[in-house]
Amino acid sequence: MTTKKMWIVGLATTVMIAMLLLAGTPSSAANHQPSEASADVKIDNFSFGPQTLTVSVGTTVVWTNRDDIPHTVVSTEGVFKSKVRDTDEMFSYTFTKAGTYPYFCSVHPKMTGKVVVQ
Amino acid sequence: MTTKKHNLIDQNLQDLNNDGVDRRGFLKCMAWAGTGLVWTMSGGIPASRAFAKVYGRHAGKVGDFSFVQISDSHIGFNKPANPDVTATLQTAINKINAMPHKPDFIIHTGDLSQLSKPSEFDTLDQALKGAAAKQIYFVPGEHDMLTDNGEEYLQRYGKGTKGSGWYSFDHKGVHFVGLVNVANLKAGGMGSLGHEQLEWLEGDLKGRSASTPIVLFAHIPLWTIYPDWGWGTDDSEQALSYVKRFGSVTVLNGHIHQIMQKIEGKVSFHTAMSTAFPQPAPGTAPSAGPMKVPADQLQRVLGITDVNYLVSGSSLAIVDSPLGDSGSSASGSGRGLAVVDSLFG
Repeated sequence: MTTKKMWIVGLATTVMIAMLLLAGTPSSAANHQPSEASADVKIDNFSFGPQTLTVSVGTTVVWTNRDDIPHTVVSTEGVFKSKVRDTDEMFSYTFTKAGTYPYFCSVHPKMTGKVVVQ
Repeated sequence: MTTKKHNLIDQNLQDLNNDGVDRRGFLKCMAWAGTGLVWTMSGGIPASRAFAKVYGRHAGKVGDFSFVQISDSHIGFNKPANPDVTATLQTAINKINAMPHKPDFIIHTGDLSQLSKPSEFDTLDQALKGAAAKQIYFVPGEHDMLTDNGEEYLQRYGKGTKGSGWYSFDHKGVHFVGLVNVANLKAGGMGSLGHEQLEWLEGDLKGRSASTPIVLFAHIPLWTIYPDWGWGTDDSEQALSYVKRFGSVTVLNGHIHQIMQKIEGKVSFHTAMSTAFPQPAPGTAPSAGPMKVPADQLQRVLGITDVNYLVSGSSLAIVDSPLGDSGSSASGSGRGLAVVDSLFG
């Protein structure tokens, strides 16, 4: 067996182990739940719309920046934090626990919103 | 308008009479009044009158020294409001280099970049290398602190500064303080200096003679212009309480991409135009986003600010000029600095 072939076999084994490990994690189990719902928040004119979004547990919320100016989506309580999002860039977060999640744009902190997860 | 302001303006008018502005100076003043669209929007102070006084003094003599403020270059921005912000920054630098009196240094009041990218800072540095004034002082805007808590900015422009980039220096008897009000912003708030910086500022000013002219500069205005758009600094009152005892205080800010000014007692506040794109007057648009103007109008709403310090009058003269040559508008606090805002076009 050449060194190259051995490398490929090794890689394949690693990938298989990784897949097996992943299959056993709770996050993967969550994917089998019925709700793979998603909901959108648009950023327009320095505001989040809708400002309050109500979703069910397991929903992935997708924020899209439609301004000419970059924004961020940052949980006030440190639950999630996007990188800076320029025009048309998105950020998503999946809410796995019920609760109220206030957030804001750390660049323009007057911009605030919240996600209510039921 | 407060009585205090009236008194100051009256004093300016008296000074103006004493100065005996000649016919040429008066005509110049009228020319500026003619280009005073920017001026009209800027705070309700009859600045063209104050300006005549300032300029009258300047007609044959420049100040003991001058510096230029530029702001909001937003290198990396490429949307319709200005698809080539590097070119307009270059125009600003050309304008500075063509000034009859050479400024001792340049102050950039933040938003150097659009997205805090190394390539954007590189482009800015490359352009600024062409400025005749080699010394450039910076404070960050919120666009310069978008990644890694401002690490990229601080590595490049923050050497020798404290905290998130604040510092002070002295130049020919004037004490300058660069403040940072764009870091660690709180949900629902405006700009913020924070406890640590305020404590440092108090210590920095303590022990200085009340006759020392003070210049504070920061990105977001240190006075509340329009809270709905976050155009103010939550804890600026605290900072301003430390400068109350000084005889001449000038506050220079950017962020709002237009000229605004206010005089309160011995403190004169001034915001500069952007070198990149204009923003709407407070409340006149759905948001503070970039304002699109016809391409041939753009240079009329971009500009630089020339600040002259006169030891004789113990005053600073501020002149705003557009990037094009059609005019400038100016103001003087009566005591302190003269600020000249130059539009590009």
